[in-house]
Amino acid sequence: MLLSTKSILSAKELSKQDIQHILDTADSFKEISTRAIKKVPTLRGKTIINLFFEPSTRTRTSFEIAGKRLSADVINISGSTSSTVKGENLIDTAQNLEAMNPDIMVVRHQCSGAPALLSQFIDCPIINAGDGAHEHPSQALLDLMTIRSQKGYLEGLNVAIVGDINHSRVARSNIKAMQTMGMKVRIVGPPTLIPADFERLGVEVSHNLAEAVKDVDVVMVLRIQLERQNQGLLSSLREYSNYFCLTSESLAKARDDVLIIHPGPVNRGIEIALDVMESPRSLILNQVTNGVAIRMALFYLLLGENNANPN
Amino acid sequence: MSSTLLNAKDISRAVSRISHEILERNHGAGSIALVGIRTRGVALSQRLRKKIEEIENITVDHGILDITLYRDDLTTGLEKPELKKTEISFALEGKHIILCDDVLFTGRTIRAAIDALMDFGRPSSVQLAVLIDRGHRELPIRPDYVGKNVPTAKSKRIQVLLNEEDGEDGVIIREQSN
Repeated sequence: MLLSTKSILSAKELSKQDIQHILDTADSFKEISTRAIKKVPTLRGKTIINLFFEPSTRTRTSFEIAGKRLSADVINISGSTSSTVKGENLIDTAQNLEAMNPDIMVVRHQCSGAPALLSQFIDCPIINAGDGAHEHPSQALLDLMTIRSQKGYLEGLNVAIVGDINHSRVARSNIKAMQTMGMKVRIVGPPTLIPADFERLGVEVSHNLAEAVKDVDVVMVLRIQLERQNQGLLSSLREYSNYFCLTSESLAKARDDVLIIHPGPVNRGIEIALDVMESPRSLILNQVTNGVAIRMALFYLLLGENNANPN
Repeated sequence: MSSTLLNAKDISRAVSRISHEILERNHGAGSIALVGIRTRGVALSQRLRKKIEEIENITVDHGILDITLYRDDLTTGLEKPELKKTEISFALEGKHIILCDDVLFTGRTIRAAIDALMDFGRPSSVQLAVLIDRGHRELPIRPDYVGKNVPTAKSKRIQVLLNEEDGEDGVIIREQSN
């Protein structure tokens, strides 16, 4: 089966069938990372370019490892070392890279819509690895994989997403992907960090953490984006923590089997308490492990797509 | 146009015979392990394992190989087969691995399977058991244990049905329909 899209630009455009197929394929890829020889020859001779205009450890490394475990050649380019510093614009940079015949480009950019813009100018498949506050589809997929591997299913699960929804591409991608999979989403945070029109997406909005996590299957805690908090949306981090840090107390009324996930990087003690983060309910490191498998699946499926429909 | 090459009884006899041949050649089941190639090689390997365990009264290691990622035709424009899990939970070192598949044809699947196996370790030897050998090899590969040799025209299609996958046992030869 092939995906219905040539590129992965957003979670919104993925159908239920696409998501299921990606998760199933990723489940099969997971085993490769546990082998003594963590490499299969599948994408030998393929070239993957990681074009990252924003800092990243987890996502960039995850894409790089995923490509290498499939025997592809992976080239990393970061914004600060690229010709954009000399004034070259994004489209020119991408077109020049495409002239060297890569098979996939993975793009992270601080501007929402940058990968979608590039997809109009270059032919090779693009994976959006995070664009501004818009989307981060591979993160949503790995979150779903992590939840599904614990629960066995997704349909009907209730999820609370807690924190800075405003700036969060992870939240946007997850809301869409989770709704596609038949899950119910509640967003939780101070009114200043929740976009005014989000109820229109069909999510429930809450400003009370302890009440909001009472009956959910999963709590997704978002990072307070310290680099984006100079707009006076929070009076202080301490005040935020008092109300919205996920602690044992705020989880007192939650279900015993509630799962805790966080896309990382974590600000310990600000959005999530240490003991919660390290409790057996926390799947934060499982998410990272699953991230590699999800990205292997995306590379594998996209290159199939590309080969089957040469344009 | 189709005709039956083997019925359920024939398959069962072939499995018994191959089990004995494996035991004879490897001097018992002490250091062997069976590995089935998805999809129908798995059922065959499980039957051989069951038979061998009955004869020798010991447990034999068993694994499953999905060779999709090792195929040489992944990028030739064909739609990709669904990737399933590979499950090899024992060490290959010191083991005689009996690789099992339903039909041996060009040999390309076996080439891929051997490559996949080597990524898990260094077995003492790799032997090949197939239910049907229909010829037309494109690589220098030969089976060690064969259920039935069937000289075929390349245009014919051999279909192996196994209860575990298809709900019945039998081997059928027919004209290529597509």
